[in-house]
Amino acid sequence: MATYVLIVDDEPSIAMSLEFIMEKQGYETQVVGDGAEALQRIEKAPPDVVLLDVMLPTYDGFEVCRRIREREEWADLKVLMVTAKGREEDVKRGLALGANGYVTKPFAIKDVVAKVEGLLT
Amino acid sequence: MKRQRLIALFVLGFLLFNYPVLSLFSVESVVLGLPVLYLYLFCAWGGFVWLLSRIVDAPEASASPRRGPAVPPTD
Amino acid sequence: MLQGSLILAVALAYLGLLFAVAYYGDRRADAGRSIISTPYVYALSLAVYCTAWTFYGSVGRAASTGLDFLTIYLGPTILAPLWWLIVRKMIRISKQQRITSIADFVASRYGKSAVLGGTVTVVAVVGIVPYIALQLKAISTSFTVASAYPNAAALTSAGGGAVPLVADTALYVALLLALFTVLFGARHLDATERHEGMVAAIALESLVKLVAFLAVGLFVTFGLYEGFGDLFSSAAERADLQALLTLEPSASVFGEWVWLTLLSMLAILFLPRQFQVAVIENVNEQHLKKGIWLFPLYLILINLFVLPIALAGMMYFPDGTVEADMFVLALPLESGQPVLALLVFIGGLSAATAMVIVATTALATMVCNDLVMPVLLRTKALRLQERTRLTGLLLGIRRSSIVGVLLLSFAYARLVEGHYTLVSIGLISFAAVAQFAPAILGGLYWRRGTHAGALWGLLAGFLVWGYTLPLPSLAEAGLLSPTFVEMGPWGWALLRPHALFGLEGLSPVAHGLFWSLLINGGLYVGLSFKTQPTAVEHSQARAFVDALPVSSRAAVWRGQASVTELRQLLQRFLGYRAATQALERFAESQGINTTEPGWEDAVPANAHLMHHAEQLLAGAIGSASAHVVVSSVVNAEPLSLAEVMEILDETQQMMAHSRELQRKKHALEEATQRLQAANAQLQELDRLKDDFISTVTHELRTPLTSIRAFSEIMHDNPDLSAEQRQEFLEVIIKEEERLTRLINQVLDLQKLEAEPMRLQVEPLSLRTIVNEAVQAMSQQMENASVVCTVQPPGPGPGTVEGDRDRLKQVLLNLLSNAFKFCDDTDGRIFVTLRGRANEVQVDVADNGPGIDREARASIFERFQQARPRARAGASGSGLGLTIAQRIILEHDGDIWVSSPPGEGATFSFTVPRAQASTPTDDPGPLGDGASATPDTAGSAGSPITSSDS
Repeated sequence: MATYVLIVDDEPSIAMSLEFIMEKQGYETQVVGDGAEALQRIEKAPPDVVLLDVMLPTYDGFEVCRRIREREEWADLKVLMVTAKGREEDVKRGLALGANGYVTKPFAIKDVVAKVEGLLT
Repeated sequence: MKRQRLIALFVLGFLLFNYPVLSLFSVESVVLGLPVLYLYLFCAWGGFVWLLSRIVDAPEASASPRRGPAVPPTD
Repeated sequence: MLQGSLILAVALAYLGLLFAVAYYGDRRADAGRSIISTPYVYALSLAVYCTAWTFYGSVGRAASTGLDFLTIYLGPTILAPLWWLIVRKMIRISKQQRITSIADFVASRYGKSAVLGGTVTVVAVVGIVPYIALQLKAISTSFTVASAYPNAAALTSAGGGAVPLVADTALYVALLLALFTVLFGARHLDATERHEGMVAAIALESLVKLVAFLAVGLFVTFGLYEGFGDLFSSAAERADLQALLTLEPSASVFGEWVWLTLLSMLAILFLPRQFQVAVIENVNEQHLKKGIWLFPLYLILINLFVLPIALAGMMYFPDGTVEADMFVLALPLESGQPVLALLVFIGGLSAATAMVIVATTALATMVCNDLVMPVLLRTKALRLQERTRLTGLLLGIRRSSIVGVLLLSFAYARLVEGHYTLVSIGLISFAAVAQFAPAILGGLYWRRGTHAGALWGLLAGFLVWGYTLPLPSLAEAGLLSPTFVEMGPWGWALLRPHALFGLEGLSPVAHGLFWSLLINGGLYVGLSFKTQPTAVEHSQARAFVDALPVSSRAAVWRGQASVTELRQLLQRFLGYRAATQALERFAESQGINTTEPGWEDAVPANAHLMHHAEQLLAGAIGSASAHVVVSSVVNAEPLSLAEVMEILDETQQMMAHSRELQRKKHALEEATQRLQAANAQLQELDRLKDDFISTVTHELRTPLTSIRAFSEIMHDNPDLSAEQRQEFLEVIIKEEERLTRLINQVLDLQKLEAEPMRLQVEPLSLRTIVNEAVQAMSQQMENASVVCTVQPPGPGPGTVEGDRDRLKQVLLNLLSNAFKFCDDTDGRIFVTLRGRANEVQVDVADNGPGIDREARASIFERFQQARPRARAGASGSGLGLTIAQRIILEHDGDIWVSSPPGEGATFSFTVPRAQASTPTDDPGPLGDGASATPDTAGSAGSPITSSDS
């Protein structure tokens, strides 16, 4: 069964680039640009990894992360925060809410790939 | 200032009217028909009183301003 | 030969004249017009120093030992310069402390001790009575000589002891002088113990004795001889007389000279009569200036002819038929000059009576105030404390004392009659009063000197004096065994009165003076170190030692003030704590119990406290001002002009100083406020900058992330299809455009904030600008199928004042904002222009999701992107609305947003109309085909066509 990666970002160009990169790795991908919609997608089909932007319409990335971790059945779900805010407190906050890792924008492709691979092993 | 002058004068008086200065004049000779010691004592006494009057009656020394040199004539 | 009755008549007439002068002097003094308030009278009164001893005795001494009689007059002369320091200080103190006599002075210095005052009185009476006796004897002898001359028997036995008491002239002289002294010195009581009439009489007597002595001197020198040269050369012929013209060059002679000089220096200061005239009777400190040199001048004049008279007497009476003490009187008598002789007699009488009157008055004052009254006051049985008027009692005691002193003197005179020369008795008296020297000089200059030191020193010195000087004289008078003097008591040679402890080679006077002063001074210093002064002693010591301030500015407070008054003063300037501390320290030094309430009212402030208060105040308000404020409570002398000037000066300086301080303080406060404001502003700016930077960097990262990601993808995947490659490149270009736009807007905003906006204001039609903006966006909107409608169609609402380019930017920003957020599928934008009386309003509405209430409040702030992005690729910088707001506000317009639920958002702004200008409606070609017609609402006038269409 192929690995499924959900990409949550409201910047279409960034979402598009991540989609390309993940597919290149052989993962299945889905893209959403809205926090609430992302949760709906996870409900329907839980992914293996969520690439989660912070600045999102409806629910922001932190809220989405918090809600994922509320659900025990999603405990195995890996969350990788992808944030332009490379500020210390954002990183801490994300990790405290249960994110498994983070990548700051702008990112290097091999960095994102390595992080995702790391989460999957 | 006046105080110091007066004390100096007191010391001077002590010297003038005492041994050994007096022994200098204690000789058996006559000046202007007067015995030397007698003449000396009264002259020194008079001089002393004159000095004393000058010091005591002088206005306070510090009050007298020093005069500068006269302005040279200009042509 | 003079008739005794004539002499008596002249003498009585003379005394009557003196009394008249004294009476007149007193009357003038009572009327406030003193006749003695001149330095000349003061100087002459000092000449009370020259007594019968001088008048008759100097010649006697000169006849036996030559020039050494001069030491008695050279001593005061040498000391005269120091009078300005010592006597002036005594005068100051006596006026401050209301001193009435030398006994009072000593007692006051050492804690107002009655015991010490009494001791000084006893010493003075014992020491001076022989001296007064001497004067009585001189008067009676001179009377006898004048009336009996040339009766040889009368001369040789002049004043001989065989005369029965009732026939003794001296008794009547004593009684007569007692009467006169009572009249002069104790006619009434004066609080100040000053006797102006007496001083006037004494001054006159000094003049008379000088004139008389000069007269006889001139007569002898120029009448009997042909001047000094003749007289001295005649004398030089006799070897015994030649010896009188020089000093024997031996240590003992010079030693004697030094001792006598010293003795007379002390005598001129401490003889009670000298203290009386120089200190107590002084009316003005400044008189001292003349007195200091006039008095030595007087001494020169009165001594000028002593040696000539002595030599002449020795030559006229070679066989000793006339006592040398009486040469002055005998020479005119011998030469048949009765008038001159009478003048001499009057002169001698003057010298003697002046001394007797002043000395007796001074002694009587001491006996009354320092001996009798303290005893009476302590004798409770007399209940003197309860009597309100003691004047009568005091006068009675005073008068009795005078009579008592004179009778005592007479008794002494009869006792030792014929055994002593005038001079030696005088010197013994001098040595007695010299005992006051350690206590008084020490008291004036040494704070540490104590009561015990002064008392025991004085007592011991007095005992040694009595043992070494008067006691042997009693032996010589036959009252004691002469072996006592020669062998010492019980044969103890070490205790021989004239060679105590084996000290030999000194004259009796020098010997006695040496031992008595040594023991006196030694005990004074030694005991002073051993004992602690009491509080009163301590404060009195300060008052005495500090009486002459080093700085003329420091005040000597003579007035009275209560501690309470001073407290108020100190408190006002120094505050409660400092005032309390200062006063408690004072109270401690005075031994006052401060826990007792009301002590401040009970205790008068002394000069020391006032001085201390002044110094404290000087620290706070400057010394001149301090002097003035202390004066205000102390009630002291009026201010001199110089002092007033000084105060003005100082006050001015202080005011200038204080103004400067005020000014600086104000400036400092302002600067502080400005700094605080600047700091707050900086902090705010800093915060804003932080926010700005973090937002900008975030906004920059998003396009950078895309650009980087796609660049990397294309780099890493050379096998991408041409389509994909094309697609990715378009993203990169778009994101780069976004980046550029963002940077431009940041720069714009930075420019707007950095400097005031420069508006190129002109009348223009908003309709035209709207059309241009819509035109600029039309391609973009067409691509996204967004429809933009401008309402109303037709002519615009008229002209406004504004900057064409800036307003166009506002519209572009609002349009692109609306474009970004209008509905995804059926995007619609409505631009509406409304003309009003004073302004034109433009609404830009979209049909997007709208903006909730909270977001609306901050929508115009930088980087506030309150709404979820609706349209891909239409992202903005977040600065557009901020910029729009700034421009509109700069145009004095208004900008706001409204967003009714479910209706999308509407941004509105207004721009004021042009003032009295012409509408220039020049609607350009519109994309939606709206036709342009003149605006009917506009005002009439010549049209101005926008050049920018």
